[in-house]
Amino acid sequence: MAIDLTTEGLEPAEPAAGVAVDRGPRNAVREFDEPVGWRRAGRYALLAAVSVIVLFPMYTTVIAALKPGDEVLDSPLLPTAFTLDVLREAWTSGHLGRYLVNSLVVAVIVTVFQVVTSVLAAYAFAILEFPGKRVLFLLFIATLLVPTEATVVVNFQTVDGLGWTNTFIGLSAPFLATAFGIFLLRQVFMTLPRDLLDAAAIDGVGHVGFLRHVALPLVRPTLGALALFSFLGTWNQYLWPNLVVTEQDMNTVQSGLRLLGKSNIDQPNLVMAGTVIAAVPMAIALFLFQRQLVKGLTAGAVKG
Amino acid sequence: MAMLLPSAVILGVFVVYPLGRAMVLGQQRCDNFGNNCVSNGLDQYVDLFRSIEFQNALGVTIRFALITVPLGVLAGVGLAVLADKYLRTIGGFRTVFSSTVATSVAVASLMWLFLLQPSVGALANMGWFTSIFPSVKDPGWLQDPGTALVAVAISSVWANLGFTFILVTAGLQSIPRDLHEAAAVDGAGGVRRFWSITVPLLGPTLLFVVVVSSTRAFQAYGEIDILTGGGPQPENPTTTIPYFIYGQNSPIRNDVGLQAGAAVLLFLLLLALSGLQLAGIGRRVHYGD
Repeated sequence: MAIDLTTEGLEPAEPAAGVAVDRGPRNAVREFDEPVGWRRAGRYALLAAVSVIVLFPMYTTVIAALKPGDEVLDSPLLPTAFTLDVLREAWTSGHLGRYLVNSLVVAVIVTVFQVVTSVLAAYAFAILEFPGKRVLFLLFIATLLVPTEATVVVNFQTVDGLGWTNTFIGLSAPFLATAFGIFLLRQVFMTLPRDLLDAAAIDGVGHVGFLRHVALPLVRPTLGALALFSFLGTWNQYLWPNLVVTEQDMNTVQSGLRLLGKSNIDQPNLVMAGTVIAAVPMAIALFLFQRQLVKGLTAGAVKG
Repeated sequence: MAMLLPSAVILGVFVVYPLGRAMVLGQQRCDNFGNNCVSNGLDQYVDLFRSIEFQNALGVTIRFALITVPLGVLAGVGLAVLADKYLRTIGGFRTVFSSTVATSVAVASLMWLFLLQPSVGALANMGWFTSIFPSVKDPGWLQDPGTALVAVAISSVWANLGFTFILVTAGLQSIPRDLHEAAAVDGAGGVRRFWSITVPLLGPTLLFVVVVSSTRAFQAYGEIDILTGGGPQPENPTTTIPYFIYGQNSPIRNDVGLQAGAAVLLFLLLLALSGLQLAGIGRRVHYGD
């Protein structure tokens, strides 16, 4: 679950030549506002206290998941017993392995399609010239104003009418394109120097070649952020799979976990074990891709 | 133009068409079996908007937003400022503060359901805690109509804390260090620098956080579904508009016309909300330079 946000801004400055190094190589020069003495101790105490509060729900969850059924109600804060049986039971009787695979399939389908459709549309809007470009672009962007909750009623009728309930295509179809991705990539494509395109045209490279060999490699970091964002959004979907899935085996990890929770409320350790199993893959993925995550999340927030 | 086609087809079929179709469905009045529908025009929307059920859901949604948005922004900014110092092991604390971003709504809500459940829950089985707060066991914070919405809101704030923290931290790091350093040389203390440098330059980030979290508040569904099911009955103090449309216990669950109508009203509300935020707060945001 580690999201390391360390960037240049908070690294200690390079020690200037001749400055006395007093605290080891990693922390050679004290930052001007670095807390020292009691202030430093106070800051650590506050950080630790807040950490305990933030981690508390996760802690009680893990403790419960590792206890056998008859021990859960005794001292919820202490690991008084330890067993992996409940995790095993949640995995088998809760079908979580199957649900994780389903979620992975849907998330990969949606991510691949969102990236491809966004690249194509963003390239057209950024590089090509055609009549009505501005109006069309505004129309595309306007779809961002429509919340999923407003379209689900009719989308369910559409998907149901096509016989796509309980299928991967039904789970992913409404989300195969996104104006967010188009907007994000268009911004980056527009920063490509016009000269590059002209040079490519002189060399006889068409738009497809230019896109593949010049434009895409240059926007790779943004592509990574968009892909992670699409994956995360699809993985976390809740309302849509709850409506489209009625056969147990087609549940995603979210709708499956909901099912496990609703049907086993008297076995909190089993439900918490399922929760742990459902949470771990995403925690690992975000740990591995933390840079893309921060970039994706901040894409719309920070100027520049 | 062919490059636009894939996106245009998907967005057309699954965003534009369903919105238009919902507007048509939403103005029809049908019999109790959902048949023999006749067009009732705008009146149908007005009637739906004025109905006791929709008014309740609207009130709940607004209250939910009024709790989660300020609390979420305050908590996110508080944590980000707290962790915005160069200290050994600060990376570890940042990891902790970001960690809830890895929890989906189902995961986070089940964690809080276990915490708050009045018989088998964690808090209810901690003796010292129940002696300070007996209401956690009887009737239970999610079971008491007076506290249910606040309890759901707190779980929601917790679940979104990682997201807010990451955004505000990135915003803080985009503020040039020189500004702080120059102000410190001029004798400005930490508090003065926070109000005179950090807050104004954090404006765009804060605006974004407020917009995203209020949009989320108006779309809250999963936490309601898992924690309260819109209840406790009969007051339904946690039935938000999305839960009113799609929830298991919703009175309009089997009436597509009313569902579509409520979905259109939700869309219009969110549209008005975005307009308000951009016009109102946007004017007071300082974009630097």
